[in-house]
Amino acid sequence: MSSTIPNRTTSRMMSGSDAVVEALVNHGVEVVFAYPGGASMPLHQSLTRYRDRIRTILPRHEQGGSFAAQGYARSTGKVGVCMATSGPGATNLVTGIADAKMDSVPLIAITGQVGTPVIGTDAFQETPIVEVCRSITKHHYLVTDPADITRIVREAFHVAQTGRPGPVLIDLPKNVQLAKLEPDFDAPMNLPGYVVPDRSRAQPEQIAQVAGAIRRAKRPVIYAGGGIISGEASNELRELVEKTGIPVTTTLMGLGAFPGDDPLSLDMLGMHGSVYSNYAVDECDLLLALGVRFDDRVTGKVSEFARQAMIVHIDIDPSEINKNKEAHIPIVSDVKYALTELNRQVEPPEASLAPWIAKIDAWKEADPFGYDESFPGILPQHTIHRLWELTRDQETYVAVGVGQHQMWSAQFFKFRQPRTWHSSSGLGTMGFGLPAAMGVKAAHPDALVIDIDGDGSILMNIQELATCVCEHLPVKIVLLNNQHLGMVMQWEDRFHAGNRAHTYLGPIDHPEAIGQGDGLGPEERYPDFVTIAKGFGCGAARVDAKDRLDDALREMIDYPGPFLLDVTVPYQEHVLPMIPSGHTVKDLIKQ
Amino acid sequence: MRHVISALVHNVPGVLSHISGMLASRGYNIDSLAVGETENPDLSRMTFVVRGDDRVIEQVRKQLEKIVTVVRVEDVSAQDFVERDLMLVRVSAPPGGKRSEVRELTDIFRGRIVDVGPEDVVIEIAGQETKIQAFIERIRPYGITDLVRTGRIAMVRSATLGSGADEPAAEAATSE
Repeated sequence: MSSTIPNRTTSRMMSGSDAVVEALVNHGVEVVFAYPGGASMPLHQSLTRYRDRIRTILPRHEQGGSFAAQGYARSTGKVGVCMATSGPGATNLVTGIADAKMDSVPLIAITGQVGTPVIGTDAFQETPIVEVCRSITKHHYLVTDPADITRIVREAFHVAQTGRPGPVLIDLPKNVQLAKLEPDFDAPMNLPGYVVPDRSRAQPEQIAQVAGAIRRAKRPVIYAGGGIISGEASNELRELVEKTGIPVTTTLMGLGAFPGDDPLSLDMLGMHGSVYSNYAVDECDLLLALGVRFDDRVTGKVSEFARQAMIVHIDIDPSEINKNKEAHIPIVSDVKYALTELNRQVEPPEASLAPWIAKIDAWKEADPFGYDESFPGILPQHTIHRLWELTRDQETYVAVGVGQHQMWSAQFFKFRQPRTWHSSSGLGTMGFGLPAAMGVKAAHPDALVIDIDGDGSILMNIQELATCVCEHLPVKIVLLNNQHLGMVMQWEDRFHAGNRAHTYLGPIDHPEAIGQGDGLGPEERYPDFVTIAKGFGCGAARVDAKDRLDDALREMIDYPGPFLLDVTVPYQEHVLPMIPSGHTVKDLIKQ
Repeated sequence: MRHVISALVHNVPGVLSHISGMLASRGYNIDSLAVGETENPDLSRMTFVVRGDDRVIEQVRKQLEKIVTVVRVEDVSAQDFVERDLMLVRVSAPPGGKRSEVRELTDIFRGRIVDVGPEDVVIEIAGQETKIQAFIERIRPYGITDLVRTGRIAMVRSATLGSGADEPAAEAATSE
């Protein structure tokens, strides 16, 4: 770490907040998403002093700032930084912090705090945010001594991005921000409990064991997750597949780790994963679980998951090994290191995989991801499929909200590169898409950045349209508008006899609110997203005719600024296939 | 299965809250938790008694190790170890026969009377959990008015020679 920090010999007095901002600059931070308030004003004053070296983007809600910082972090692999004031500013960051913890995103959240003399007195805008966030951060600090600032910022970057990445909170009382100090930017870290463990490297005998298991396998499958992406091991994974011919299924977090349009890709597995990936995992005799955590949305009933397989589990976090599913060959390791070593000695399985691949291809043939292509209106799946076709030859990043549109995006958009797909996967936070896309755009100004969103999700952070316009972040929004909370509605249809329980997003006196009626036409839908987007200064259009869809998507892509395309889709579609929660592949619903 | 886990932690504000919060939020059952400074003022030692099968204990250990302020975690009960619990108990003991009986019982258990009031006495007693428990049962009929325990602390023995001789006399006298 120390090598990345320029050595500073000239000591000089500066304020605590200047020291914080200068430390951010020293750590290579290019942009912060920061919403000011009483207790964080000194930090913002300092940000203006460093404006030539660090860009400050003002989100319109602190939660938007936290997701934007995540979009920046997820799409670059660098630490994302967000900032808020004390009290409500800080608590508005909580969801974003919890989200970053679940998806292992390196995030630093800096909060203003009331001055140390009044901490604990229920002062105006006082919240014990460190207490609130203990269990949802990787680490956290309440800075009480200005002399600790530089060390703590240094530790925060180290902890956030090493090992299994995660969020770190730094709570800075206002008097600490204002204090004068002589900063030592090389202050040594004091983390006796956080030695980046030497056992995060696979042992040679473990690697040999895995190579042996591959050699003996007849029906192997690779189950790759977000660890491949955060561990920068996508190329090593591709090399392993080239050398062995083993097919790959990825988790929601792992999309892009392996090219979705490769013949050996089985697409996503799990609850809304492909039929063929779930069949393949069910019948495989060797499961190579790489950078994954056997999440319940992947495994269903965990005791039945990959029941016939020898399981190799490689993960950097020791607590993930044997947490949900016992592994036959458990390896605590940086996955890139393990795969690099494995690729040195691995050989293809002794027995030809041709019969296994033929079986999988037959499953693919029988049950591909599909939809009714003859449907006269615009189906959400069709929209995503067309969007992928139209953008496949340019650098494209996609962020999504949570719900049906998220699953369809995972199914129908074929991601080829890591860090191009951004989804709140573990926490499942609605409203993630727009602000995350904003952060991606800040990191990749020349790329096409699309938020595929739902009409429920987008409303949770729609205020960020203002940020897109005012901060010149031309994000494109494909809004799959079905006037319902589609995923919950789907469960109502499947498990509650279609009884609508607050899943209709229009006025309550519409018949659809109680599960009747055929859905409304585009003009009657509520709210009027085109007018809203235009009110914010975005370009916007509505499309409801199938033969107009491609033109509308092209218009959106070519528009110079932020643009919202409101796509009228029917609400009757369900995300399929589906394995009901806690069930097995035997209960897979195809229709 | 009962396990005694010992964690060496960085002595910073909030570490106790962080650890107890993690244990609670993940639903682990803690029988006892003791915490105090070590010979190094930068480090504290926390000792837990946890119940669970091997898988639960493995997770407890790994989740503890994951906390940045936790320096080292040890399953003390997986090795040969010494375990102690300290208790102060106020017992009704009016002068006369009752008081002598209480004194006698205290002696058998190798406790000490550390305070004497007109109607009651305060007894200090240290030892293994089973011994403390046995003493509580024996003394209960006299009338316990106040009781406080430190929670279990434990240490691995340095050598196996002579192990088992934890508390020869009183231990034997009180084991059920």
